[in-house]
Amino acid sequence: MESLTNKKKVLQQKPMNFWERLYLPAIFQGMAITFMHMFKKKETIFYPEVKREFSENWRGLHSLKRDEEGRERCTACGLCALACPAEAITMIAAERKKEEAHLYREEKYASVYEINMLRCIFCGLCEEACPKEAIYLDGNIVESNYLRQDFIYGKDKLVEAPFKAS
Amino acid sequence: MELAFVIEKFILITVVFALSLVVAMYSTLAERKIAAFLQDRVGPNRAGPGGMFQPLADGAKMFFKEEIIPEQSNKFLFIAGPSLAILTACIGSAVIPWGDTIAIAGRIVDLQVTDINVGILYIFGVVSLGVYGVMIGGWASNNKFSLMGAIRAASQNISYEIPMGLSIIALLLVTNTLSLKEITAQQHGWHWNVWYQPLGFLLFMICSFAETNRTPFDLPECETELVGGYHTEYSSMKLGFYLFAEYINMFISSAVMATLYFGGYNYPGMDWVNNMLGPLWGPLVGVAVLFLKIFAFIFFFMWVRWTVPRFRYDQLMNLGWKVLIPLAIANIVITGIWITISDRI
Repeated sequence: MESLTNKKKVLQQKPMNFWERLYLPAIFQGMAITFMHMFKKKETIFYPEVKREFSENWRGLHSLKRDEEGRERCTACGLCALACPAEAITMIAAERKKEEAHLYREEKYASVYEINMLRCIFCGLCEEACPKEAIYLDGNIVESNYLRQDFIYGKDKLVEAPFKAS
Repeated sequence: MELAFVIEKFILITVVFALSLVVAMYSTLAERKIAAFLQDRVGPNRAGPGGMFQPLADGAKMFFKEEIIPEQSNKFLFIAGPSLAILTACIGSAVIPWGDTIAIAGRIVDLQVTDINVGILYIFGVVSLGVYGVMIGGWASNNKFSLMGAIRAASQNISYEIPMGLSIIALLLVTNTLSLKEITAQQHGWHWNVWYQPLGFLLFMICSFAETNRTPFDLPECETELVGGYHTEYSSMKLGFYLFAEYINMFISSAVMATLYFGGYNYPGMDWVNNMLGPLWGPLVGVAVLFLKIFAFIFFFMWVRWTVPRFRYDQLMNLGWKVLIPLAIANIVITGIWITISDRI
């Protein structure tokens, strides 16, 4: 059949000649190559001391944002949990009380907001789904732990630190 | 006299034994380091300065791992396998002349545990025994992958012992003796056997790669096909013994190659050095030279391992039976003709 792309290349397999069948020339050639690599620059990055820069669109640990007045933006609408393909997000909504107006922006807020970091695939769909711009995956790498339950991050870890009074 | 002799041999055996274990231990580190360097990495460097204590950490890890003996295995043979592997790996060093005789406190001390007059045969026998550890362990595991590994080890060793033996025969035609001490003494200065037996050396080296189960002949533990080969079912220090035996084997076969073909403790200008340093330090320089050669061979082993991919099983058999054995026989014929002619002239 005629090739449509013109990229087809017919592979020709010739039987090996005596020199090739000895394997040795090819082996020595390969050994010369690997030996040259001994003197090349090492690619290793010494991780805990040296860290690679994250890319522009890096998605790391989630953070729940506050607005300009330091109030939590999340209204516990549940769209992030709905969008999450890994079902990593759970939350319990609560109604804001009068005296809590300085803590939460809307009348409804998430009293419990948990993300299971073992389930999370860091796809960023929660970020996209959020109508209130309350969640962003702008954090670091999730830290290692010994217990599964320690990977369930609650609001204590997720909500960003309150603004300092300036 | 007798007591002094016993003490002398005891010390020598202890030193050789400890040395081969230490060299094997640090070969594991060297392997990882060299692998890293050949792949543009830096290798283990966290345990101790520059990763110096990595082998100790690895060893400690091996000891503390859970020991699993499969329910359906043959328990006695399952334990006998790794024991035999490490035993046969260790006893090979008995006949290797580590250095010339040295004079300490008026005594002439031979730096060889024992000089039996069939030294090469002894080495050859021990090397052949080495595969039994692998075979027994692989069979006793009662696992198909292990059994496959064991079968491969057995057939590979049988196939490669023949060209190895044949290349040694050609060497014996040159040396006229089986004693390793005499063979080494004959190679005084520059008269290394490798100049007379280049093809024999090449064959011997290829076969010792196969006998020590090193890449490109590591089919018995071929992890891409056979999980872990003969040591699939092994864990804890029994696995450690198998892995360790490989490194001891590598050390011993490097020593044998250095002794048989590369002059052992001989080096050009050794007479001058011996005159300069006297009967104690002169031979010790020779020992250092021998170890330099051994380390060079160990490096070569590792260098090849991280360059050459594994042979396919049929390629392995083709190479062994159809290439190496005819070459070895041709080598014997050429050597025989050459010796006959050079004797007549």
